[in-house]
Amino acid sequence: MSANATTIPSGTFNPSLARRKLTGTVFYGACIVAVGILLLTLFLLLYDVFRSGLPWLDVDFITGVPSRRVERAGLFPALIGSLEMGAMVGVMAFPIGVGAAIYLTEYARDSWVNRILQTNISNLAGVPSIIYGILGLALFVRALELGPTVFAGALTLTLLILPVVIIASIEALKAVPGNQREGAYALGATRWQMVRRSVLPAAAPGIMTGVILAMARAIGEAAPLLLIGAATFVTFTPAPFGTAYTVLPIQILGWAQLPNQDFHGLSAAAIIVILGVMLLLNGLAIVIRIRLSRHIQW
Amino acid sequence: MNTQLSEAPIHDTPTDGAERSIRIATFPRDDPSSPDRQRSYIVELQDVSCYYGPFRAVRNVGIKIEEHAITALIGPSGCGKSTLLRTINRMNDLIPSYRSEGRVLLDGQDLFAKGVDPVAVRRRVGMVFQKPNPFPKTVWENVAFGPKINGYKGDLNELVERSLRRAALWDDVKDKLKQSGLALSGGQQQRLCIARTIAVNPEVILMDEPCSALDPRSTLQIEELMAELKREYTIVIVTHNMQQAARASDTTVFMTMGDDRAGYVVEQGETVGIFTNPRHQLTEDYVSGRFG
Amino acid sequence: MTAQSTSLSLRRPFSERVIETLLFLAASLGVVTTIGIVLVLALETYHFFEEINPVDFLTGTVWSASIKPYHWGVLALVSGTVLVAGIAMIVGVPLGLLSAVLLSEYASPRVRTVLKPILEVIAGIPTIVLGFFAINFLSPEILRPLIGEKNIGIFSALAGGIVVGVLITPLIASISEDAMRAVPRGMREGAYAMGATRFEVIRKVIFPAAVSGIMASIILAMSRAIGETMAVLLAVGQQPQFSFDPRDSVQTMTAFIAQISMGETAQGSIQFKSLFAVATVLFAVTLVLNLISSWVVRRFRTAY
Repeated sequence: MSANATTIPSGTFNPSLARRKLTGTVFYGACIVAVGILLLTLFLLLYDVFRSGLPWLDVDFITGVPSRRVERAGLFPALIGSLEMGAMVGVMAFPIGVGAAIYLTEYARDSWVNRILQTNISNLAGVPSIIYGILGLALFVRALELGPTVFAGALTLTLLILPVVIIASIEALKAVPGNQREGAYALGATRWQMVRRSVLPAAAPGIMTGVILAMARAIGEAAPLLLIGAATFVTFTPAPFGTAYTVLPIQILGWAQLPNQDFHGLSAAAIIVILGVMLLLNGLAIVIRIRLSRHIQW
Repeated sequence: MNTQLSEAPIHDTPTDGAERSIRIATFPRDDPSSPDRQRSYIVELQDVSCYYGPFRAVRNVGIKIEEHAITALIGPSGCGKSTLLRTINRMNDLIPSYRSEGRVLLDGQDLFAKGVDPVAVRRRVGMVFQKPNPFPKTVWENVAFGPKINGYKGDLNELVERSLRRAALWDDVKDKLKQSGLALSGGQQQRLCIARTIAVNPEVILMDEPCSALDPRSTLQIEELMAELKREYTIVIVTHNMQQAARASDTTVFMTMGDDRAGYVVEQGETVGIFTNPRHQLTEDYVSGRFG
Repeated sequence: MTAQSTSLSLRRPFSERVIETLLFLAASLGVVTTIGIVLVLALETYHFFEEINPVDFLTGTVWSASIKPYHWGVLALVSGTVLVAGIAMIVGVPLGLLSAVLLSEYASPRVRTVLKPILEVIAGIPTIVLGFFAINFLSPEILRPLIGEKNIGIFSALAGGIVVGVLITPLIASISEDAMRAVPRGMREGAYAMGATRFEVIRKVIFPAAVSGIMASIILAMSRAIGETMAVLLAVGQQPQFSFDPRDSVQTMTAFIAQISMGETAQGSIQFKSLFAVATVLFAVTLVLNLISSWVVRRFRTAY
């Protein structure tokens, strides 16, 4: 029974196109304003930092040590501390993070063990960084008696960024097409041979990017180190083991908290330095990714 | 010349595919040789060319679409059929690198004139896509979507029911209006897409290979539906299935790709004529399966 | 070629099993970490509650850890965290969502190649820098002139909340943008074909389809704002008080933990132990939020 022979329009359409388009334009304007605010904030931040810090930025500043006298203060100990910290974190986080990611993607797929481990890692990624400081304090500084050293700090920060490295590496490994693995197996490779020779090289760009960005995060992150006893006034060059230390973010904090306005200028100069370090690391990540990607063509 | 054969009822389910095998005139169509036959052309393309950036995809198309008829657009894959179809309802405007030349007249009004809003065009020229794309909303909301945004004043429930009836879907879903549109089968989803398209009361319905993702039974249901729908609307269908074009359409336009990789129209004519006695050799080669 | 060299034995070579064990240990380090955190927090908090009544702790609204008479009402710190995080959400959610829509629906590929890195730059700024920006520029040059120097100090929840809001904007923007871009093209085309404007397609098709990802991003951002330390340490001040006035200088849970660690507090003292108790509250809150976020994604994911 077809009820579709006759047309009896019972209602009318009133498209009011102009009004609808106007609403759309207003919304678009709001989006532009939002992005504009973000850009403006970034600009103002950089402007303020450079305006305050550039006058204090010179070779003496970078090679000098902190001092109660503003003119003499430098940030060399903090810089060395940060670089040592970053290097140690990178060296430790890379094998453990990538190893964990390999296990989760290649060896234990789709098992309940895998799901528990992965959920756990996702949760850890969301834990506030200062909580890692508490763990580091109890475990590395006290229980293992490493004391407030760069090494203890590096261990703590490694734990902090490990979830990020693992997640990024898992993504990179998953992006390798299945036929790469099948091809290796078909030639009689064992699982580890397949991973090492076939999958890892293909996932290398993504993995390296993830590790370097995590290192950058570790250098910029200071909250856990406050708990482990990083100092704010260190006048000697920290060694990786056995001595007190400080890092750039904490030096920045220390100077910014002083009432003397001039020290805020020092703070800003230190910020310029740390932004420069970040820029270098991000640039390094991009360069490495490009160079490693050259060998990969699916 | 064949005149009309048996009237194909809409709601019969075909029992035997063999009965519906390839015959030229299965569905009711007017006798083309009758002098009383009114022809009015609701859509006319004049010297239309389509460009993606510098690349010309379609060149110099001039065709006329007859009102209340089914026009099929056939040709080998990649020859620009879909591009041409999507020009008619200005869907290609969504692609940044696209531009077109020429005029597309709907009821004598150039759709590409300055000041014409594509959004307004698309209410009058609807489209059904190759892969059914119902929204992840209820069946009712899918059909009511178009009328609501176009400011429908009237009983929405009644409009939804009427549209679903016209799309031959009402009996299947009348108890499932609150279920997700994605829970329907492929053929049902496509009919849902047709229902929501006709809910905004367009003049022309464009169909871009609407059956290629469906099983044969659903395909025939859609073709039967098209024969009913053409009484109210004008239908233009792109299809790579020649048998479908031969079965279901009144007029056929044959396109192919030239040496410059641009598509162009080889010939347009009554479907019967195109398939039995085409004017061009290229057409003859294509419909007899020698290429494409 | 002798027969022994092509053994088909099923036993995996020793080296393979060693490697697999090593990799398993690496993967389980995460579990060890979690257990470690929970253990340390539980133990030390227990020691704290041996001296201080848990009920007073959880319900009191006055917190004074360094100045006698001592009070241990954690709600004062919680209110500081809630205030700062709340302001951060008010700033970050609109900025983040509108940016995401722009990137996903309006921006040309050229604009995207410029905007996305800028968002990543903001995400990569060490948070101490944002704290510095708050006290060196935002407060003295913008907030205090606007609101009046008598009404708001250099340190305020507002200043801290604003910069934390900027901090979390890239997080919301990138996750929401991914969720919106994942909506299939066919769905957008279906809506356009019925004569919808671009804003209507965004509002009625894309947003509803992407809503689970968007909500998850917002909850994750809330968790991040609650856990932020360095920026609020500088910007918000150190006066724990139970207040919801943005102009006040308050103290968040994270800032308190940091302050105690930096100071000369003796390791066995009650002040030091209170640090762990506060940390436990912080950990519990963020854990619950993260779990809710995962649940939201699973529960509300629109299948298409």
